[in-house]
Amino acid sequence: MNIKNLITSAATILSLSAFSALAEPALIYDLGGKFDKSFNEMAFSGAERWKADTGGSYREIELSSEAQREQALRRFAENGNNPIVMAGFAFSTVLGEVAKDYPDTRFAVIDGYVPDQSNVLNIGFTEHTGSYLVGMMAAMKSETGTVGFIGGMDIPIISRFGCGYVQGVKAVNPDAKVIYNMTGTTPSAWNDPVKGGELTKAQVSQGADVVYHAAGGTGVGVLQAAADAGILGIGVDSNQNYMHPGSVLTSMVKRVDTGVYDSFKAGADLAGGFATLSLANGGISYAMDEHNVSLVTKAMVDAVEEAKAHIISGELKVHDYMSDNGCPVK
Amino acid sequence: MDVLPKWVDTVIIPLIGVLISLIFSGIIILLIGENPIDALKLMITGALGSTYGWGYTLYYATNFIFTGLAVSVAFHARMFNIGGEGQAAIGGLGVAIVCLSFGWTHWFPALLAATLGAAIFGALWAAIPAYLQGKYGSHIVITTIMFNFIAASLLNYLLVNVMRPTGSMDPATQKFPEATSLPSLHDMLEPVGISFSKAGPANISFLIALIACVLVWIFIWHTRLGYQLRAYGHSESAAKYAGIKPFKIIMISMLISGALAGMMATNNVMGEAERLIMNSTEGAGFIGIAVALMGRSHPLGVLLAALLFGFLYQGGAELAMWTTIPRELIVVIQALVILFTGALENMVRAPLNWLWLKSRRGTS
Repeated sequence: MNIKNLITSAATILSLSAFSALAEPALIYDLGGKFDKSFNEMAFSGAERWKADTGGSYREIELSSEAQREQALRRFAENGNNPIVMAGFAFSTVLGEVAKDYPDTRFAVIDGYVPDQSNVLNIGFTEHTGSYLVGMMAAMKSETGTVGFIGGMDIPIISRFGCGYVQGVKAVNPDAKVIYNMTGTTPSAWNDPVKGGELTKAQVSQGADVVYHAAGGTGVGVLQAAADAGILGIGVDSNQNYMHPGSVLTSMVKRVDTGVYDSFKAGADLAGGFATLSLANGGISYAMDEHNVSLVTKAMVDAVEEAKAHIISGELKVHDYMSDNGCPVK
Repeated sequence: MDVLPKWVDTVIIPLIGVLISLIFSGIIILLIGENPIDALKLMITGALGSTYGWGYTLYYATNFIFTGLAVSVAFHARMFNIGGEGQAAIGGLGVAIVCLSFGWTHWFPALLAATLGAAIFGALWAAIPAYLQGKYGSHIVITTIMFNFIAASLLNYLLVNVMRPTGSMDPATQKFPEATSLPSLHDMLEPVGISFSKAGPANISFLIALIACVLVWIFIWHTRLGYQLRAYGHSESAAKYAGIKPFKIIMISMLISGALAGMMATNNVMGEAERLIMNSTEGAGFIGIAVALMGRSHPLGVLLAALLFGFLYQGGAELAMWTTIPRELIVVIQALVILFTGALENMVRAPLNWLWLKSRRGTS
């Protein structure tokens, strides 16, 4: 194909996408899909909130293959989309390479780790602290003294959820038993509600009466099975209390939407480096609303609020699994 | 049923099938409130309208050529190899081991060794079901599909526990050394004055796929072994009577089939990702079945069908990026193509047969 053809075809593509104004931000969801009622959907809601507030528009894509990670990044970058926000740690490797080629484009990656690029913002969360708080609530609510944890894919970041949770449970009831399961070791573990439900049933049969999941779309099955079995579930990432009112004790809210919203808002001026969303700045919290108000007593809220204040002030240290890839409690 | 001339059978019928599937896809796109004509235009310009698009279309097509050929070769001996997915995944393991364990200084010897590694690993993975079929009559469809799961679990174990670099969250090997990086079409065409987009992942393994097409064609139709293979496929009892050993044919057809499926890894593992990731094949092994069916198990047909599916994949990605058509619908479109060109092919053939016979009667 000669140069002239190339230019005409490039022009066709440009004209096709001409309706997209320059510097429109873009959002790339991970393979789990946009409507996972969890991580990706949270990112989507952040983008929608930005759209409602500013009247702007944005581009988005749900990936359907690994090869599309790089493809989508490059396409959006070449289309002039800025900043480009990615939801998921799995973008780290690809982004590390692509970001070099587009020094004028700003990237933000949630849960990712691309340390050496000045145009990449790594947005992280202190999930262990929030998990600690919901762990406390689980232990206070449990009548059997046995609670459960179901993680998605067995990777360090999910162990961070699990380890924080176990610490919270043991802080309230040192004799409590925590049944600890991971759904799988592959990305499909994020989107396997059937297996999530099966694991929940297994935990219920072992006596668990509160089950916390950190499993993305798999968690839909966890909460469903918990509600069916008449026990309590704990949601994650987004506020999932509404999914089974009265059967979801609370949700460990990880404000992925805030990460997306803030990045979109910063626009082309988005600074690179690291941003941590924590209990202190509201990036991590536990959800209270009309759906769980009857489940959570005042005493529980007081205890959790106290612990929260202590974590923020630094008096209480929750061990971060990812600091040494180990957990002091089991 | 063979009343139609060959060119109608191999060209016109698949084309009509594609056309019908496009019409149905158009109706569905219309129903979700997008313009089907614009969508088709976007798919065509996105997949074929630029060297960027070709870079991706040919990349996907390369995968499908390998897996399509793999299914075709086995199918000539009436072995239905559903295990392309697993064989390609294990082929990827072969590529990763070759690329990571030797200090390569140039991509060319690395590619030769990796191709060999991929072929051997893929062939070995196919050898077990083949042996079970040949010796004990365990049905190849059942065993190969079960071997897909075993391959996935094996890779899962290796990537999570053995090959993952410490501290990494991604279940994947470390990146292959720089020297094993394959030249892309951009690198290959630049010296001859053709400017090809840098973005597309299509690489030199596309040429290997084309060479494989020719070699398969020679093997099936111009060698004694290929003849035995086809004879066995057409009639086992006749082949036995002619002195052809079923066990040998089953083993050879499946070994070649597995090797071809494994060789796909030179494209997706060595050429694109440059590291072995979980689920690196992404269903290409199964698409290979559709490609082989549509291509009538002929290398030329496989090549064309692979290009069609490459187009659908890349065009689908463009749809997902620039329209509100959800990615699930793109799978629907692909499924419609498979349905109308593969499964429902008789729906097209029967009326054509009738028309053909009628026109023949009219002239004579």
